[in-house]
Amino acid sequence: MDFRDTPEEASFRTELREWLRSNLPDDWTERPPTVGRFDIDLSRAWSRKLYDAGYVGITWPKEYGGGGLPHTFQGIYLEETARIGAPDHIGGIGLGMAGPTIVAWGSDEQKKRYLAKLLSGEEVWCQGFSEPGSGSDLAGAKTRAELDGDEWVVNGQKVWSSWAHIADWCILVVRTDPEASKHAGLSYLLVDMHSPGVEVRPLKQITGDPEFNEIFFTDVRVPRDSMLGQPGEGWNVAMTTLLHERGTLGFALTAMLERAVLNLVRLARLPGPDGARPADDPVVRDRIAQQWIDLQALRFTNYRSLTALEKTGVPGPEGSVAKLHWSETNQRLTTLALSLEGLAAQLDGEGAIWDGYWQYQQLRSRGNTIEAGTSEILRNIIAERVVGLPRSR
Amino acid sequence: MDFAFSEEQEALRASARDYLADRFPLDRVVQLADSDAGWDPETWRELADMGWLDPELGALEHAVLAEETGFGLLPAPLFSTLALAGPLLDDELRSGVAAGERSATLASAGDVTASGDRLSGTRRLVPDLTSVTDVVVPTADGVFAVDLTAHPDVVVARSTMDRTRRLGELRLDNTPARRLDASLDTLTHVRRRSLAWASCEAVGVAQRALDLAADYTKTRQQFGRVIGTYQGVSHRVSNIFVSVQLGRSLAYWASWAVSEADAQQDIAVAAAKSAATEGAVFSCENAIQAHGGIGFTWEHVLHRFYKRAQWLEAFEGFGRVHRARIAAAVLDGADGEVAA
Repeated sequence: MDFRDTPEEASFRTELREWLRSNLPDDWTERPPTVGRFDIDLSRAWSRKLYDAGYVGITWPKEYGGGGLPHTFQGIYLEETARIGAPDHIGGIGLGMAGPTIVAWGSDEQKKRYLAKLLSGEEVWCQGFSEPGSGSDLAGAKTRAELDGDEWVVNGQKVWSSWAHIADWCILVVRTDPEASKHAGLSYLLVDMHSPGVEVRPLKQITGDPEFNEIFFTDVRVPRDSMLGQPGEGWNVAMTTLLHERGTLGFALTAMLERAVLNLVRLARLPGPDGARPADDPVVRDRIAQQWIDLQALRFTNYRSLTALEKTGVPGPEGSVAKLHWSETNQRLTTLALSLEGLAAQLDGEGAIWDGYWQYQQLRSRGNTIEAGTSEILRNIIAERVVGLPRSR
Repeated sequence: MDFAFSEEQEALRASARDYLADRFPLDRVVQLADSDAGWDPETWRELADMGWLDPELGALEHAVLAEETGFGLLPAPLFSTLALAGPLLDDELRSGVAAGERSATLASAGDVTASGDRLSGTRRLVPDLTSVTDVVVPTADGVFAVDLTAHPDVVVARSTMDRTRRLGELRLDNTPARRLDASLDTLTHVRRRSLAWASCEAVGVAQRALDLAADYTKTRQQFGRVIGTYQGVSHRVSNIFVSVQLGRSLAYWASWAVSEADAQQDIAVAAAKSAATEGAVFSCENAIQAHGGIGFTWEHVLHRFYKRAQWLEAFEGFGRVHRARIAAAVLDGADGEVAA
């Protein structure tokens, strides 16, 4: 057992810190956190910088533009960028879901075509899994693809698709065999979002921002070979996507929570509505300490899971708690932060503390226990697949 | 970054689990808990023979033993001897412990004064005082040891909820004591060691509560179905699982930090103690609820674990005491400097 950086990890960390300092504005750490709304142009430019410096796809194979390094280096990247509050890469879905699935299932040609542009931020990906009638129940997908000559013709509707409004490509789960059983009739397409017949309608969330979208497919023609795996293998390919999401998610979640805790501490040190600092209130102190403990619990649970992954090839059962714990912790944290602002907690624009950062974060956090597996589904998974209770359905 | 115990540490874990399952089935634990002595003193020699009392064992070996003896609810003054008194003992006592001939605890709460090599005063809430041969008594004039086999009359037993780890009162009245060369600074180290131990032990208790809840809800039927198929029940079990995993991660981190004298060791043990002991109480309470009426009976073993969990939560301050330390580290540093 040893939590210290190896010499290689330590020098990677030092170089990264220096790189961040010299590539972010001089007054970066004194600036209030940005509200959380997405600046596409800034994010795309920053993504390119990261890519050129070799900080994107750190764990991906070298031949496809990755760094070929162990997962701990990705962890260090996420820790350091969270601590300094650096902008995110534009292609979250591509990096976390589409890319790893293409690495696992794609042909050489597909890997060459897609991966480098995904890493550089030149092409943005979105995910077409959930449908109005099948949210948690992916195998119930009804969007159809029928073969017509050398093309699939896609018709149907997807929903809750993050970043589809800026996406160039979509990983799309479709039903290619309506006669086959629920799971066996699915296939996994790579769809050009600029194709005729693709219509994206942003869904305004409770934050007032569109981040998720509906995607409508009307006679969209997709080349026959623009598929991962064979027709009928869509379920297995999709499981790769979701497993990867849950496997490497821990680091990203820890980084996001660390950033939130640092911002909470910063807020607590500002004078509150009555002029007193919340950081001097024993009740607030207790609750902030609990947030800090919850953060460390996530961090070290993720380390344990990663150690199991590196030693045995599969993440340990403890990894299944990461997203569940993070989402509920983040909700408590953002609610606590708002409570430090008094009635000013209602201001969400000009005149609000940090231009409404916490107002946005608190509302956005309500989605955390719904997206990427609701807390109810995650508790079912833990009960049934980890603890071994009988199936509830 | 490596979050795994060594092969030797894993072997120690396996042998501890086998020994406890073999020698301390839960019906025997219950029988001992309800006995006058509260334990079987013959146990001590067995632990010595297995090397558990070896002074060379480090914080990570202690982490393993703490977790397993929490899981098995071993009635023996292991925590008191190794984590509380251990760092303060001199060579004589240390070799006596290693041989399984001596056992010790620490008496720190209350006023005791030294006059030469004699001690007077009362120390309250002393863990395992009725089971050990020696008690370590830190005073303003230095650290002393009192041989309880020579002076049994200084021990007053106190009825304790956790009958496997009872508290006693030490009443010294010009009682002869032996001066140990330990410095009072060592008490800081004792504090860290004992908090790390308590955290790991709490993880073992919580794991047992989880196992008991899982076993029961897999088989118990109501309304024609196994109750574990009801989400109201299964989600409760999932919540125990989450709590166990989070507590375990913190407890291992804290043990590692203590073993390496890491810069974060004090906040690590505070975080682990707060989360793991509250997690053990949470796990036991939810396991009791998942069992329904039988979980609320004296006959069922769950309350034994619940009381150990409560003992651990109460030891060295409830969670808020430790969170206050964390708050000081996180909130009172220089601006921009947060212990992350």
